[in-house]
Amino acid sequence: MLRGTYYLLHAIMDETLYKEQILDLYRNPLNKGILSDFDVQHRDFNTSCGDDVTIYIKFDEQRRVKDVSHDGAGCAISQASVSLLTDWMKGKAKQEIEQLTDEEMIAMLGIPISHARRGCALLGWKVLQAIYTENSQHVIPTAVEGS
Amino acid sequence: MKHIKSQFPIFSLHPNMVYLDTGASALKPQCVIDAMNTYYAQYGVNIHRGMYPISDQATIVYEQSRDTVARFINAESNEIIVTSGTTHGLNMLSYIVESEITSEHNIVITRMEHHANMIPWQKLCARTGASLRYIELTDDLCLDMDSARHVIDNHTKIVAFTSLSNVLGTIVPSKELIDLAHSVGAYAIIDGAQGIVHQKIDVKELDCDFLVFSGHKLYGPTGVGIVYGKKEHLERLEPFFTGGDMIKYVTYQTAEWTDIPHKFEAGTPPIAELIGLGKAIQFVEEIGWENIVQHEHELTAYALEKLSGIVRIIGPNSEEKQSGVISFLVGDLHPHDVGDLLGQNNIAVRVGHHCAMPLIQKLGIVGTVRASFGVYNTKEDVDTLIEGICKTKKIFT
Repeated sequence: MLRGTYYLLHAIMDETLYKEQILDLYRNPLNKGILSDFDVQHRDFNTSCGDDVTIYIKFDEQRRVKDVSHDGAGCAISQASVSLLTDWMKGKAKQEIEQLTDEEMIAMLGIPISHARRGCALLGWKVLQAIYTENSQHVIPTAVEGS
Repeated sequence: MKHIKSQFPIFSLHPNMVYLDTGASALKPQCVIDAMNTYYAQYGVNIHRGMYPISDQATIVYEQSRDTVARFINAESNEIIVTSGTTHGLNMLSYIVESEITSEHNIVITRMEHHANMIPWQKLCARTGASLRYIELTDDLCLDMDSARHVIDNHTKIVAFTSLSNVLGTIVPSKELIDLAHSVGAYAIIDGAQGIVHQKIDVKELDCDFLVFSGHKLYGPTGVGIVYGKKEHLERLEPFFTGGDMIKYVTYQTAEWTDIPHKFEAGTPPIAELIGLGKAIQFVEEIGWENIVQHEHELTAYALEKLSGIVRIIGPNSEEKQSGVISFLVGDLHPHDVGDLLGQNNIAVRVGHHCAMPLIQKLGIVGTVRASFGVYNTKEDVDTLIEGICKTKKIFT
């Protein structure tokens, strides 16, 4: 009985939250566009369905994130997720960004994410991790000494 | 058709589920589940090997299931090769015909193929230097036969095509295409993964060289599929997988193949699964093709009518030209979001590119929502789908 109630609430919650938070971000994405001046970019896809995300980053002198944007197309969850992510990472240094786990990314969305939608929720995060892993030596050194 | 739903035990657990994803996999009737369990519980041993009674029994039931498959498509039993699915079958064909393909040849497929009937041919062309050509689609997303006549020429060695599009629902004029292939001496290969579920396929009447399909869309289990090949081809061609069960005589240096079809069936096959498929075919035959085709035609027509004005149909949008499968888009909503919300309302559809990414890209869309019908679906299911779509639209505005 309790479990049934949970699932019912879960369903209602999902629809309501879907409407409010996710939809708002879907209709009014944060940081959407292509930076006119950027240091790195990376693109990836959610192969099962066609979500497509590119992230652009500009660093400041201390190699923190000075400016960031995302571009592409995808479902409400992938767009909301990368919106929240790009907002979160502004001003942050490499170590902090690298430490963001997949579960923390999902928690940012604030709603339960089904197994099937994890790929959507984590697409932006995947792109970000790829930027920081691939470019770690050449483009994004650790914070400048003394800062 | 009303009593049919009661034969599917999954509806006891999920009585209100509106399952519109038979195109991905069919639900299983109790008789199929029982047939497989009986094999495992009562005579679940290997076939073709033992000298003891239940091994005999397993072998007989297995080979009788093969006979059932053969009769279902009007083939001989030794023209039926058991595989693990359509994808396995198409990949296998791309290897066993390789010795007959050179860089002077071309292979023809269509713009609406599933990856399983596209990528193996891409790879075959890469290995042999042959070129890959595509038959175009008409404006209403049917097969363009003028294009077919244009791309199929004297150097065409293979024409491989789906008999029913898993994305668009388009019915392909198989016989016409097969005749065209034969007029230039090419193999005609039918990807029957969807088509086998929605229409009776008679390989003698169609005269196709090969037909490939899976068990799990036909109310049978996963893990089993069939390649039908004309006897003269199977006798001439060399096997791809080798090993036990497909040999007549082996030395440390050589191996001599056994007769068809076992020549192409190395290793222990999916025994329970083929028995399950045999049962599923009997289930389908008991309902009767006339009933199935009529039921599906009515449902498709009803759905297309109800959906018009509410969604954008991605397909021919005509009950004459499509059956059993309907792809659509709901305004500018991403298919993912639509599918998720429908799923939360107990409506199972599929979303995405349906393993036909080039087609989806060619159509300039991100993917579709796809509803596909099985023998257990009703007009009420279509009504519930419409309700769900309207509800989804409301949530997003």
